[in-house]
Amino acid sequence: MTRTPFIIRFLTAMPKSGWVALAVFAALTLGLLPALHLLVPADSALHVSAYVITLVGKIMCYAVVAVAMDLIWGYAGILSLGHGLFFALGGYAFGMYLMRQIGRDGSYQSDLPDFMVFLDWKQLPWYWGLSDSFAWTVALVLIVPALVAFIFGFFAFRSRIKGVYFSIITQALTFAAMLLFFRNETGFGGNNGFTDFKRILGYGITTPGMRVMLFALSALLLMVTLIAGRYLVTSKLGRVLAAVRDAESRVMFLGYSPLHYKLFIWTLSAMLCGVAGALYVPQVGIINPGEMSPANSIEIAIWVAVGGRATLIGPVIGAAIVNLSKSFFTQAFPEYWLFFLGALFVGVTLWLPNGVVGLWRKLRGRPA
Amino acid sequence: MSSFGPMSAASEEQVGGAPVGHPAEPGVLDLSHNVILYLDGITVSFDGFKALNKLSMAIDAGELRCIIGPNGAGKTTMMDVITGKTRPDRGRAFFGQTIDLLRLSEPEIAHAGIGRKFQKPTVFENLTVFENLELAMKTDKSARVSLFAWLDDTGRDKVSDTLKQIRLDHEAERQAGLLSHGQKQWLEIGMLLMQDPQLLLLDEPVAGMTDDETARTGELFKSLAGKHSLVVVEHDMAFIEQLGGKVTVLHEGSVLAEGDLATVQNDERVIEVYLGR
Repeated sequence: MTRTPFIIRFLTAMPKSGWVALAVFAALTLGLLPALHLLVPADSALHVSAYVITLVGKIMCYAVVAVAMDLIWGYAGILSLGHGLFFALGGYAFGMYLMRQIGRDGSYQSDLPDFMVFLDWKQLPWYWGLSDSFAWTVALVLIVPALVAFIFGFFAFRSRIKGVYFSIITQALTFAAMLLFFRNETGFGGNNGFTDFKRILGYGITTPGMRVMLFALSALLLMVTLIAGRYLVTSKLGRVLAAVRDAESRVMFLGYSPLHYKLFIWTLSAMLCGVAGALYVPQVGIINPGEMSPANSIEIAIWVAVGGRATLIGPVIGAAIVNLSKSFFTQAFPEYWLFFLGALFVGVTLWLPNGVVGLWRKLRGRPA
Repeated sequence: MSSFGPMSAASEEQVGGAPVGHPAEPGVLDLSHNVILYLDGITVSFDGFKALNKLSMAIDAGELRCIIGPNGAGKTTMMDVITGKTRPDRGRAFFGQTIDLLRLSEPEIAHAGIGRKFQKPTVFENLTVFENLELAMKTDKSARVSLFAWLDDTGRDKVSDTLKQIRLDHEAERQAGLLSHGQKQWLEIGMLLMQDPQLLLLDEPVAGMTDDETARTGELFKSLAGKHSLVVVEHDMAFIEQLGGKVTVLHEGSVLAEGDLATVQNDERVIEVYLGR
């Protein structure tokens, strides 16, 4: 019996062109763009502005969420309309740390976050206890979305809830969480959420260095997500998931337990969203319950549909296209953005069932 | 799997201090009485309708058994009970002497050694023929192992052997969804063979096949009998005649007649409910 070394299997998970594209992406996001932002003077034509860095950083976080969504929707056939919840949970977990780092620099010069002073709270609720520590915060960013996803997924998949029923329940889940976080008594800043962040690990959050650091981490996360995703979908586990999507009962009669497979990919997907949310919040400077609104989660599904399901790279492209148009539209014609988004979704569903990547493959004469 | 379940259930059958000739090993198929499947008084009702009514039947090890019966006689429900998809209201179902099927889930029953072919061919349409067989192969099927699993040479050989057996060796890299109906039936049979099951349940395996394909399927099944036990549900009398095994006639959820095809065909009650129409 010959065993193929793990490293070979890992490298062959992605075609050569994929690795080349990834290397170019790494050179751009880890080298060129940060250099043009930090080293080129602001009045030079080559200078990359803070606005661009933050916008691209934000879109890379969205792209991670889109890939995480593709793993469960495109490859396992599970459509979640509540993935914004996991993104927001990661964001809130990191936001708590950012709030504690404000220290006495808030408007009320108190040890407590401003909103607690405003509510006349005298001490920190117990569940804020871990948020003074950076290490614990990183752990919470991973654990909280994973735990919520695991518990929810366990009961939903064990009860064999599928298809549109599953989608509706996930939608209800994120809606319920949004209502919970809207309440002031919940202890997460109510409808204002968290904002006015000052620093991470003692470094100012608005300094160019920190901005580039968060940008580079987002790029790294996206690359790791793509490589790991590529490995997963080419592994036997990926093929079992594709089989579950096509004929679940056949999979069971072959002796596989779909519950474990679904639960694994579902929880992993939620964790990726959580990490993306944690990197997103310091870049945009705010997190509020609006992130948990059902519309946000539906938009994630639109990114994946626009880019092309079950392609991994498609969702990245989809997230970029939709969010760049969003930035443009909400400045140029703010009142028409939702019409455009709706038209885009209808158009893609009607004419591009396999998204932008499907169109590209069709033009190049390859099977979609 | 609980080690008490099957064993304690088995010892119930040996009350009265009968000597136990050999230790009962949990999870291991015990064919000491040469019977692979016992169904005893199985009743399944759906909203008052009795799909199975005190059905009792025994299949010998290595036997090739055909099951016939009019629509709604309970043939598919019987397979659902054996494979764990449907739980009966009453009755007992044992695999060999010791394995209580009513205590196991679908994947556990598949692991114990029962493979099932559905009425409608069910293959993984978006995977290739090769990948379909690879997934069916008997191996550790936990998610943790699958994450790092890699097909070795032994596995590759086993897949190509099965591909030849089901005459799909030239279609290995083809998407299963693009196969003809008959080829899908063969692929699904191949997936069963990859599981290496002791007992194969085949629900209308030759539906939609050409006469030539049907005849070849019959030869394949006959070559499998002896090493495996087969239960075939069919409507095609010529095919049943070709197989030549014992025939059980189901009617309204219980056994109406049993015997070789000629005996059954001459049974007056059978003629009345089924063949005479």
